[in-house]
Amino acid sequence: MSRKPRLAVFKFASCDGCQLSLLDAEDELLEICERIDIAHFAEASSDLQAGPYDIALVEGSITTDEDAARILRVRAESRFLITIGACATSGGVQALRNWGHIDEWVRSVYPSPEFIHTLATSTPIAAHVHVDFELHGCPINHHQLVDVLVAVAEGRQPRVPSHSVCLDCKRRGTVCHVVSRGIPCLGPVTQSGCGALCPAYDRGCYGCYGPSHPANTTSLLRQFQKLGRAPDELVPLLRNFNATTPEFRRASEQLVVLQTNGEGKSL
Amino acid sequence: MLTLVPSPLALRFGEGSGERFYYFDKQLHMTASSPTLFFAKPQLQALLNELRGRGYCVVGPTIEQEAIVYSELQSVEELPRGWTDEQAPGQYRLKRRDDDAWFGFVVGPHSWKKYLFPPKATLLSAEKTETGWAFIPRAADSTRYALLGVRACELAAIRIQDQVFLNGPYQDPIYRERREQLFIVAVNCTQAASTCFCTSMNTGPRCERGFDLALTEIDEGFLCEIGSDLGRDVVAACSAAPATPAQLQAAETARQQAVDQMTRHMDISDLPGLLLGNLDHPRWKEVGERCLSCTNCTMVCPTCFCSSVTEVRDLNMETVERERVWDSCFNPDFSNLGGSPVRNDTASRYRQWLTHKLDSWHDQFGTSGCVGCGRCITWCPVGIDLTEEVAAIRETPTP
Repeated sequence: MSRKPRLAVFKFASCDGCQLSLLDAEDELLEICERIDIAHFAEASSDLQAGPYDIALVEGSITTDEDAARILRVRAESRFLITIGACATSGGVQALRNWGHIDEWVRSVYPSPEFIHTLATSTPIAAHVHVDFELHGCPINHHQLVDVLVAVAEGRQPRVPSHSVCLDCKRRGTVCHVVSRGIPCLGPVTQSGCGALCPAYDRGCYGCYGPSHPANTTSLLRQFQKLGRAPDELVPLLRNFNATTPEFRRASEQLVVLQTNGEGKSL
Repeated sequence: MLTLVPSPLALRFGEGSGERFYYFDKQLHMTASSPTLFFAKPQLQALLNELRGRGYCVVGPTIEQEAIVYSELQSVEELPRGWTDEQAPGQYRLKRRDDDAWFGFVVGPHSWKKYLFPPKATLLSAEKTETGWAFIPRAADSTRYALLGVRACELAAIRIQDQVFLNGPYQDPIYRERREQLFIVAVNCTQAASTCFCTSMNTGPRCERGFDLALTEIDEGFLCEIGSDLGRDVVAACSAAPATPAQLQAAETARQQAVDQMTRHMDISDLPGLLLGNLDHPRWKEVGERCLSCTNCTMVCPTCFCSSVTEVRDLNMETVERERVWDSCFNPDFSNLGGSPVRNDTASRYRQWLTHKLDSWHDQFGTSGCVGCGRCITWCPVGIDLTEEVAAIRETPTP
């Protein structure tokens, strides 16, 4: 590209944390602005320029009819569409509604449910339009975001590792909580990105960056069961920020079947 | 007087009993043979002080994160005195001992390789100039490590990594720099974990060579064997005396206890050969279903040496750093060639690791890549046991 690529940031059902990561890239922001023209970013500026755009960063999941239509328009006016964060790439924590009854939930939460118009499911952007690149994380890692933006501006592939969190734990010398304390940790089936943050602070991995490739959830959950963890403890571990990714969804549904069929059974 | 010059080293080519290896051998002039010495336990602090006084960073076992890890030590008070480790496939627990032993445990999640082959290192950097690029060589690392508490299997692992990093025309400068300055205080094991099998791999539990000093703990103190002239100089700080026959006997009994406690065994009579001769064995697929491909076994292995090198640059393309990080054959990205992984499923990655470790390592480096420390068994989150995998393949070999 001879001119600076034009960037737009769009928000769907989400908490804003991922687009905030772009503003959090304080050390790099001025340099990014020299390389990229930020044309549409409501969180940063009220000067919202019209499309078309070279890069669209899309945060959030699709939970309303209006958003299902809006994402088609975003796709139509964007050359590269990049989803950022767990909501946009897997439906987010709000996708827990996919296992419930939306009408009951709306009635129990809102005093005037008749004003609420929402879909029964929360779905990732890729379920609606073609996505060129998915950046995982809840929230995303801003160093990875900067690399993705620069990569697109330079026409190279982004450098985002897909290995497990375990590799990062070992590089930083963190002792494995599964082995040394019997704590259920999703690290062995979760993609790197956070630098193995939680295990370094004595917690198991919550799976914020979604499934690694491969993600052998069956073998890991069988081990957690051997360690005495019941399905009703393991299902919430999987049904978190990335609950509806195919790997975590399949694993939690297998556990629910076990739970329904009685305790004591192993995967 | 402080000595800041490393001891004289010889890089030797050894050949004998079919084994070929390069190894560092510190000079030891056996003046009238070096008797085994004895010193009281508190004198270990004098040893530590002496090493620190000579400019060494002393690293050794200590309790962190509910495990015995290797970290910098200022004082012997930081040793896991009175603690032991109970290990099983996929399980590690610290337990209080009923005595006050200073080295009453075996090996933990860390290995010494992190000091010789650091998990992350900058190999080179470059800066943009008006006419091109200026390459800035890596600054030499001035840290001199003294390892305190190296077990026999770990001495064997260091010998294997010497082969990997120093044998041949392309030596690893970071490894060489750190290795040349290394001081090793070995400790003989007086017990074995359920995951240990060094007797099968002929690597232990007795520390026989490759150390400056080797200790054996008995109730009243430490017996100390001298492995180098530098070791002899250093131990002079400990008010040591020649060991009595009773002390020598007590040490022998303590060491024999480790041999007697060894329950795990790996038959190596048909290695190398067995695994490469059974590449289509159904067991590979079966273990591939249990394996998480999480990389833990390779990370804790004291001989695994894989790394990835990437160029990391600032946004303005004015500086570039070439960084090396530990990597693993279990990381699918690691076998990326031409845009996709060569080994695209877990079974093929497990097979690659085990056939290399136990079989093709012999062709490449003249030894097995396994020292029988058992770390990969303990620290596999799902407890995959390589000795079991080898036995299963042997039991029903493919025609």
